[in-house]
Amino acid sequence: MPDILRKLPETGPYIACPECDLIHERGRMRPGHVGVCRRCGAVLFKSQHNSLDRTLALSLSGIVFFLLASYFPLLSFRMEGAFRSNQLLDGTFEFVNEGYFFLAVVVLVSSVLAPFLVLVLVSSILLPLKFGVLPFAVKSQVRILEQIRPWAMAEIFLLGILVAFVKLGDFAEVSVGVSFYSLAMMVVATVLAFTTLDEHELWSRIREVENG
Amino acid sequence: MTKPRTARSIGAASCKGCGLLVEVSDAPKALHHCPRCHTAVYQRIPDSLARTWAFLLAAMALYIPANLYPILTLVSFGQKNSDTIISGVFSLMGAGQWSIALIVFVASVLVPIVKIVVLLFLVLSVQLKIQWRPDVRTRMYRVTELVGRWSMVDIFMISILIALVKLQALANVDAGPGAAAFAAVVILTMLAAMSFDPRLIWDVLEEETNE
Ligand SMILES: [Zn+2]
Ligand SMILES: [Zn+2]
Repeated sequence: MPDILRKLPETGPYIACPECDLIHERGRMRPGHVGVCRRCGAVLFKSQHNSLDRTLALSLSGIVFFLLASYFPLLSFRMEGAFRSNQLLDGTFEFVNEGYFFLAVVVLVSSVLAPFLVLVLVSSILLPLKFGVLPFAVKSQVRILEQIRPWAMAEIFLLGILVAFVKLGDFAEVSVGVSFYSLAMMVVATVLAFTTLDEHELWSRIREVENG
Repeated sequence: MTKPRTARSIGAASCKGCGLLVEVSDAPKALHHCPRCHTAVYQRIPDSLARTWAFLLAAMALYIPANLYPILTLVSFGQKNSDTIISGVFSLMGAGQWSIALIVFVASVLVPIVKIVVLLFLVLSVQLKIQWRPDVRTRMYRVTELVGRWSMVDIFMISILIALVKLQALANVDAGPGAAAFAAVVILTMLAAMSFDPRLIWDVLEEETNE
């Protein structure tokens, strides 16, 4: 049995299912091929063609959309002649004003910081690799990326804005700002960036660059 | 029945950070780091069940104030209107917004309850060494982990309303204490799901085939 381990190079041919621990052989992979655990059905790997280039392009455009989203108003609201619009960070500031610091942190992290940081990390890992340069502290960057991802909730934030829009529509005139569409584009770019990302290719690329 | 070959059975474990199969010793709390991404690698998440229980109990305790206290208050022309999570769903229904009411009902009422119940069931099923359909239980775990975050929808909705509806005497929306409790419930159930190690569901079967 320990034979398997002796044959484990850093991008080994064997992987274990993260959800049921069963050992699988990666086998020969065709692009577009998705490996699924034969015991519990968990996705083990996705094999993609040119995955790193596409993920990089998507995450860079995601950053552009984020910057647009943080500059323009999200929603604007008109009632009896009074007018107001809000921006990305206004909800956080308002929670602070009302003394709900916990909610301010939760909303800031999940709707702004984490989604942005995810895109920044993906870009700062993949951009140097593209030019054959080893990214700064690449292992820590990948590790932090994995830890942040569950807390990035831009897509849920988007739905929250829609619900607010509908609720307000009952008693006032509401319109959607440029920022909302930019945020929606950012969500699409992020989702696509991760569906095209082939982790195996990422690690082989890091290894290649490391070894010159 | 032949014994399935698991990572544990060959003294290895899958790295949570990058998926590499890493050699680890059998000692339950021995600390290893993945040679590829430096994430701590364990055969099973240490104290998985105890931590899942702790997060679940805290989530259940906070679930009560989250539903009793208002999540937001609207003051308009001197009239005060408070919404709890449930009454928020009803007011959307009253306004004829059925599809949004359904989304909010699923995300804020159904998902947190189902998530807590499923995690309780999974923890108990591991502790009582139940062998029923591990594949179904693993799928239940996967779905709860995926869906749980969507309960944050109400919190984001509130963050928009309080920033936007600030028109002095005309209309003013403030957050309520129920919102803070509810956000804590969502985060605690996420932490509970992350602490639970689904591989424990399968361990019972291997202990069985060993005997
Ligand atoms: Zn599996
Ligand atoms: Zn690793």
